[in-house]
Amino acid sequence: MLKNRVLLLLVAVGLAAAAGLAFVTHAPNRLLSGQAVSWAIVLGAGRWMALLPALPLVVGPFLPQSRAVHLVLAVSAAALAASLLWLAGDVAIRLADTATPSARTSFGGAFWLIEAMAALAAADALQRGISNPAARITIGAVLILPILAVIGGGAIDQLSIMKEYANRRSVFATAVATHLAIVGATLLPTLGIGLPLGVLLDRRARLRRPVFAVLNIIQTIPSIALFGLLIAPLAGLVAFAPLLGRIGISGIGATPAIIALTLYSLLPIVRSTTAGLEQVPGSVVDAATGMGMTPAQIFRRVEVPLALPVVVAGLRVTVVQAVGLTAVAALIGAGGLGAIIFQGLNGSAIDLVLLGVVPLVAIAITADIALKLAVTMLKMRSG
Amino acid sequence: MITFEHVGKTYGDWTAIDDLSLHVAEGEFCVLIGPSGSGKTTTLKMINRLIEHDRGRILFEGAEIRSFAPEQLRRRMGYAIQSIGLFPHWTVEENIGAVPRLLGWPKSRIRDRVTELLGLLALEPERFRDRYPRHLSGGQQQRVGVARALAADPSVLLMDEPFGALDPVTRDTLQAEMLRIHKASGTTIVLVTHDIDEAIRLGSRIVILDGGRIVQSGTPRAILTKPANDFVADFVGREDIGIKLLSIERVSDRMRPGETAEGEPIAADASLRHALSLFVARGIDRLPVIGPSGTLAGAIRLADLTGGPT
Repeated sequence: MLKNRVLLLLVAVGLAAAAGLAFVTHAPNRLLSGQAVSWAIVLGAGRWMALLPALPLVVGPFLPQSRAVHLVLAVSAAALAASLLWLAGDVAIRLADTATPSARTSFGGAFWLIEAMAALAAADALQRGISNPAARITIGAVLILPILAVIGGGAIDQLSIMKEYANRRSVFATAVATHLAIVGATLLPTLGIGLPLGVLLDRRARLRRPVFAVLNIIQTIPSIALFGLLIAPLAGLVAFAPLLGRIGISGIGATPAIIALTLYSLLPIVRSTTAGLEQVPGSVVDAATGMGMTPAQIFRRVEVPLALPVVVAGLRVTVVQAVGLTAVAALIGAGGLGAIIFQGLNGSAIDLVLLGVVPLVAIAITADIALKLAVTMLKMRSG
Repeated sequence: MITFEHVGKTYGDWTAIDDLSLHVAEGEFCVLIGPSGSGKTTTLKMINRLIEHDRGRILFEGAEIRSFAPEQLRRRMGYAIQSIGLFPHWTVEENIGAVPRLLGWPKSRIRDRVTELLGLLALEPERFRDRYPRHLSGGQQQRVGVARALAADPSVLLMDEPFGALDPVTRDTLQAEMLRIHKASGTTIVLVTHDIDEAIRLGSRIVILDGGRIVQSGTPRAILTKPANDFVADFVGREDIGIKLLSIERVSDRMRPGETAEGEPIAADASLRHALSLFVARGIDRLPVIGPSGTLAGAIRLADLTGGPT
């Protein structure tokens, strides 16, 4: 009877959220907390039909688990996510007609929870229904298109988060660019130091304990403390050598952020490099040596290709971690999406916080999926 | 081809090889055998400098092996090991072509050589060429391992328990193929094993090692009939020395041409051990023998097995 417990759980949480929490809230201005807008208003005048994609999901747990069923469920979940977004935007447009310009309509708890359940249901259905990872990600990308169309088409422009965006268009673009630039600038020294260090630790087992001990200790320092710790020495350094200041180095801003992020990023990269080299079968290296490959040839032709999937898996951890930590770096003036988040927190403007958080999460998830795909493809190639 | 002169190897205060002298002639199939820790693998690995000896001299084609760069020396010697060690990220063709590529052979020559070797090891070239090692059975992987070792026409083939991890049927087939390849190519082979039956079957010479010294060296027949001491006698298995002697002789050595017998015939190139098995299993004392062309060549009697070699 019951064929898919995961989906049943997701549906139950979604229905409970719909019953107990607000879908959207409405407030006279951005500082007051909003009042829940009832489902009757949201779904009135035939708009309930936008919820039709939820039907397959409700009966899904009891259907035979075939490939076709999984595909239908994935499409339904994605369609539900897009239509809920449209519904919220639609309510905001209708409420905007009758209210003052400073009035705000925001997403409520039910919206976020149901969207999250729909995303999980779609991911789960794709996972079960499509075995080829590249095909799975392609279909997943196509399923996101309706959501992007709803946002891009202006359907949610009257929602508070999009109003915040409209007010800060150029600030937002700069923040995203700065954020990505800091993450990219962190990866260069991380790979430049981490990869050789990982290789060295593979060859010199005695160094492993002390080096990993140091990297682990760095990892336990709270990020805000490490950022702060770097301000004084860097400021002192610039006072001592003013030339450094002229090329853009200073005690606050991007320099300490990149140094701290690099220190955090070293552990996953070094560990995965060493682990990747360690899991190359000894028999393969023996055979390569015995047939007359030089150590450099063994490294380049045998060890590097066989270690690469594990190294890229470590890179995935590093990138996702750096995307998140860069947000905290805004506290020492590094800019990025964190600046928008903290501005929102200071002004108790939750929608401004979301304007920083949502793209942050999107960047992290995109990087995660792309690098996961890279690992899978590398593994398929190297067996 | 390979000469050891008073070679020694010591690890700390443990002497792995003690004053070992040995000459492996060109075209010989030399099997090194002994219990664990006897130094047989160390001896093999000293030939291609995977282990460096610290006393005495080792000569390869008349020259001290230390006069070659280790990589250059190894590229002239095939090397096959029990764990096979195929490159998992390379196809069968790329694996076999590894040493020729290191030597800078042109692509077309490598391709032709791969085709030839796959055929030699009974793997259909077009079916196996582009496969990855993970899609091969253990026996197929070791065939590729042997083909890889033979790829650059090495003057000597070094094999470290190459068939130790295979099931008995596959091991038997691969042993037969090694004999065929040795006969056809005339390559000098040095093989390490701990399996006395494998040594008797493959070796033109057997070298028995114990405690880093050579205890006895000679043809399988000499080892079986004149064991140098109790250790050798125990090692070759006192109880079935007779059976092992039968296994190194062919039916054709003892058969009576022209004589006839009843029943299912035995092939002339089968071992006498096989013949004995048929006599006992069928409860008979005569077997018809068929020659390589499939025609009746004569017969063999049970009593013929006990005579000396003719």
